[in-house]
Parts: sequence; structure tokens; C-alpha cells
Amino acid sequence: MSLWSWARFLAIVRKELIQLKRDRLTFAMMIGVPLLQLTLFGYAINNDPKHLPTAVVDADRTEISRSLVAAVQNSGYFHVVWTGERLADADRLIARGQVQFLVHVPAGFTRALVRGEHPALLVEADASDPAASSNAVAAVMQLPKTALRDDLTGPLAASAPATEAFELRVHRRYNPEGTSAYNIVPGLMGVILTMTMIMMTALAVTRETERGTMENLLATPVRPLEVMLGKILPYVAIGNVQVGVILLAAAFLFEVPMVGSLPLLLLLTQAFILANLAVGITISTTARNQMQAMQMTLFFFLPSILLSGFMFPFRGMPVWAQTIGEVLPLTHFLRVVRGILLKGNGALDVWPHLWPLLVFIAAVLALGLTRFRRTLD
Amino acid sequence: MAAEAVIEVEGLAKSFGGRRAVEGLDLRVRRGEIFGFLGPNGSGKTTSIRMLCGLLTPDQGRGTCLGRDLLTDSRAIRREVGYMTQRFGWYEDLSVRENLEFVARMYEVRERQRIVDRTIEELGLTQRQHQLVGGLSGGWKQRLALAACLMHEPRLLLLDEPTAGVDPRARREFWDQIIRLAASGVTVLVSTHYMDEAERCTRLGYIAYGKMLAQGTGTELLERFGVNRLEDVFIEVMKGLKDLR
Repeated sequence: MSLWSWARFLAIVRKELIQLKRDRLTFAMMIGVPLLQLTLFGYAINNDPKHLPTAVVDADRTEISRSLVAAVQNSGYFHVVWTGERLADADRLIARGQVQFLVHVPAGFTRALVRGEHPALLVEADASDPAASSNAVAAVMQLPKTALRDDLTGPLAASAPATEAFELRVHRRYNPEGTSAYNIVPGLMGVILTMTMIMMTALAVTRETERGTMENLLATPVRPLEVMLGKILPYVAIGNVQVGVILLAAAFLFEVPMVGSLPLLLLLTQAFILANLAVGITISTTARNQMQAMQMTLFFFLPSILLSGFMFPFRGMPVWAQTIGEVLPLTHFLRVVRGILLKGNGALDVWPHLWPLLVFIAAVLALGLTRFRRTLD
Repeated sequence: MAAEAVIEVEGLAKSFGGRRAVEGLDLRVRRGEIFGFLGPNGSGKTTSIRMLCGLLTPDQGRGTCLGRDLLTDSRAIRREVGYMTQRFGWYEDLSVRENLEFVARMYEVRERQRIVDRTIEELGLTQRQHQLVGGLSGGWKQRLALAACLMHEPRLLLLDEPTAGVDPRARREFWDQIIRLAASGVTVLVSTHYMDEAERCTRLGYIAYGKMLAQGTGTELLERFGVNRLEDVFIEVMKGLKDLR
């Protein structure tokens, strides 16, 4: 008896395609969701927020203090929305979240400066959201060197900061302007594929169990591998359509640079799509109904976006979390897609991220195949 | 001389989570017979049928189906058995033709196109062959399900309450077809709740609480229990079971 039948395999592919075509809502979602998420997240997410609301308490009220406040505002990170004299009022604003920063110029600041007493300017940041304030804090740290350059002249020249012993030059490579979309949009390609591919395949199989068609299917001579691959193949095609949509949007909507080889990226994307489909199929061998399949998908999806480096810096995580992250396909795909698009990585550069994906596919597909129920036991 | 046994099993047992669904099932069904499986809901009829077609692995017992070992050769059994589930189990979002073509491909039916055309014609669904199955009535769905499981010309039909929820006229037509099939040498094992259907079976088996309680032809059973109707046999059998318990 043959171990593999092309006729049965193609029959399953054909049936899946017909069902997909008829399920217009799902079909529309598969194309619409990437577009919606891209537009939403691509334009909405900003890792370098500017013009943050700031309260100023200027108790000094001199030309110098006004210069300082102007310099703070000119950095681009701060937008003074409140100016007053009582520190307690400003404190309340920061506590309520109405301002993110509080700049306090104490009384006698200028006098102390002129006397060379090295006075302190206090900047308080709402660090309950560290990511939102870290770049602004870094910018404000530069102020003492530059803010009063025009004011500390003549007799005050002695208070001006001395020239540095050396010059520091920082090159922000691959994304010199720190455009968030360059990081987010290629990353979204991985996130969208993870979500839709896993969920769609997991649901495709559990739907058969739930509707009772799996029983009839199992009563035929069909083999588990034929069912699995037959169900996977249509979604590989859909995954590629999604990739096409995202790449087009990345190029024309977000103008993400595409430095590397597109064919190489597409080739590696196939491995990533397969990895996710294998997870979906394996979930479906455990889930008894579509609700369970959805929950299990989320169970895999959340660590994927949180521990892969999509949302938070990968190197900022403890070693154990990085180890988990290294197992996840999304982690490797993010490095591949950002590496190829932004850095122009070649095949040799991405190989260290390809083999973990291949190992993942082999292991998960083997698990799925072993767990796939040939019977209703 | 006794006809060739198509189903021959001994001591089949199956449990789910510690609950015994079928216990010590002995069964012998000969070629061309229509064996009626009778019993209340949850008595183990479906589990027994699923074990016979290889959809469930028995915990205990042994036997053959179409001369092939139930435990080791279930794939070969599936190829030669036509199995029809209680609930319509093909695709409601596919058309009549698409469903039949799919099933034909699953069994790698030769001359698929011709067989599918013929099946649609015999079903009388030529005009509605492109209609989605979800829009068909229960009776039509059952006829379609039977037609689907006949396309690969099985030697044994396992039908699990095939007429549940179907109107009397559709049931009669369905049974006329079963009798024609049996006459052509196909063996049929059918579970049912309807006594008029039981009367059309060549032999009957009463099952309750997972145990086969009585087996024989209709006449044999009526004589053994001294009653006039098969329904009364059922009641007597259940009474006996209560005494036993």
C-alpha cells in the first residue's frame, strides 16, 4: 500500500482552497489584517517620542533661567505646557500624568552661577514609563554644555564649560535618523505571519474535528502526512500574499530601505512561514475545539512578540529569557528580515538564523505528526 | 454451509476515562447479511461500529473485518469499508459534486469522473449538483452520505443510525437501497432505534450498557422471549438486564 498519494494530497489542498474562497470573511481578514496592522502600528508606534508635556517652575526668573528653559524646549523633546512658581502644583501635574517632566530652576540659580558655585538645575521625569522618557533624559544631559553658550560670555566666561579633551562621534548605522518605522514595519511582517499562520492552520484542523468531518476523513485511507501537508500548503500561499502586501507597503508607504537581496528574504520567509504552520498544526492535534486552538495560539503568540526582540530590546533580557527567545522562530526571523532589508545581509550572514528555524520546523512537525490522531481514541 | 464471515470479533472492549463503553463484544456477521444493531442511547453502538472500522482501537479483544486483522490492518479495512456517521459528516460548505469528488479522490476511485456523474444522476441531484450541501434537507444529506460511502464499492457498510431525523418517505427509500445492496452481496451492519427498520434486518443484536444481550434472527428472538413484536423483545431484554444488575 502506497505511503503517499498525490491524488489524496491534492484533493485536500483543493478542498481547503475552495473552503477558503467561500469563507470570505476569513479571506478578507487574511489580507485586511496585515494592511490594518501595518497602517496602525507602522504610523502609530514611535520609539523616540518628542514634544513631551513639561511643567516649568522658574523660581529664579532671570534672563539666564529663561535661556535655560528655552534650551530645554529647543531640544525638541520637551513641550512646556505649564509654567508656575509653586513646586507643589507642578508635582501634582506629574503625579496625575498631565506632564511627563518637571523642570525646576531654583531661586538664586543665576546668582550662584555667577559666583561660580555650580548650582543644580532639577529635571524630574515620570519614569513609570522608562522607554518614553529615556531619550529625552539623554538629550537634557547635554544641556549644561550647550545651553548657556551664548550667555556665558565676557565676565561670565569663566563659568562656561571647558572644551572636552576629545571629541565623541556616534554613527547611527542602518537607521541614522532613528526612524521607528524602519524597525517596526519589517518586524510586523514577522508578527503578522506568526499570528495569522498559526491561528489559521490550528483552526483549519480543529474545525474538522468540531464539525464532525474529521471522523469521516479518518475513516478513509488518507494518511496523516497527506492531511497535514494538504492543509498547510494553501496557507503557505496566503502567507506569501501577506508578505507581498507588507513588502509593498514597507517600500511605498513607509519607504523602508531595502538594501539586501529580496529573493534571499523571500526564500528565508518560506522557512519562517513553514515554522509557524508547523506550530499551528501541532496545536490542532492537541486542541479539542476552535476556542482551545485560539487560546493555545495566544499562548505561543505572546512570548513570541514579547521575547523575540520585537517589542523590547532582546539584549536587555536576562539570559534565561534570551534562551527562550532563541527557540522562537520570530526571534530569528526578525534578525533575518531586519538584517537583509536594513543592513544588506547576505546568505552567509543570515545562516546562523536559518538553521535554528530549520531545526524548529523539523522538531515541531515531527511532534505534530506523532500526535496527529489516526483514530478517534 | 455457513456463509463466509465478514465480521468476526471476540471480546472487544473499550473504555473512555475509566468508563466502560463496550464490554466483551462477540459478533459474527456473514456476507450479504443486514445486521441490525439495537440499543438505547449510550449503549455502545457507535463505539462498536467505530472499533470495527478502525476509528477506535479496542482495549481488549480480537477479530477480523473482511478477513483482515482489526488491530494490525485497520488501514486496509478502511479502504474496503463504507462508513456512514450518525450526523452528516461531509462538508456543508462544498457543493454536492465537490463533496463526491473529494471522497472519490480520498479512495482513489478509478474513472472518478464517470463514477461521480453516475452517482449524482442516481441520486437525482443533477439539477442541484452545484448547490452547497448546507442548503440540502436532512433526507438529501443522508442519501448523499450513503452515496459517498458507496463510490469505492465497499464490501461492507457500517451505518451508524443513518436515518435519525429523516422523514418516513426518505427512510423507506433509503432502506430499499440498503436491501438492494445486500442482495448484490454487500454486507451491512446498521444501528437503529426504529423497530420497522429492525424488521427489515436479517439478524439483530441487542446491546445495552456496552454488552451484547441477545442476538439472532427476528423470528428466533420473538420465540425466545415469547413475544409478538421486536419492540417487546427490546423491553424484555432490558428487564432481564435490570434483574441482572
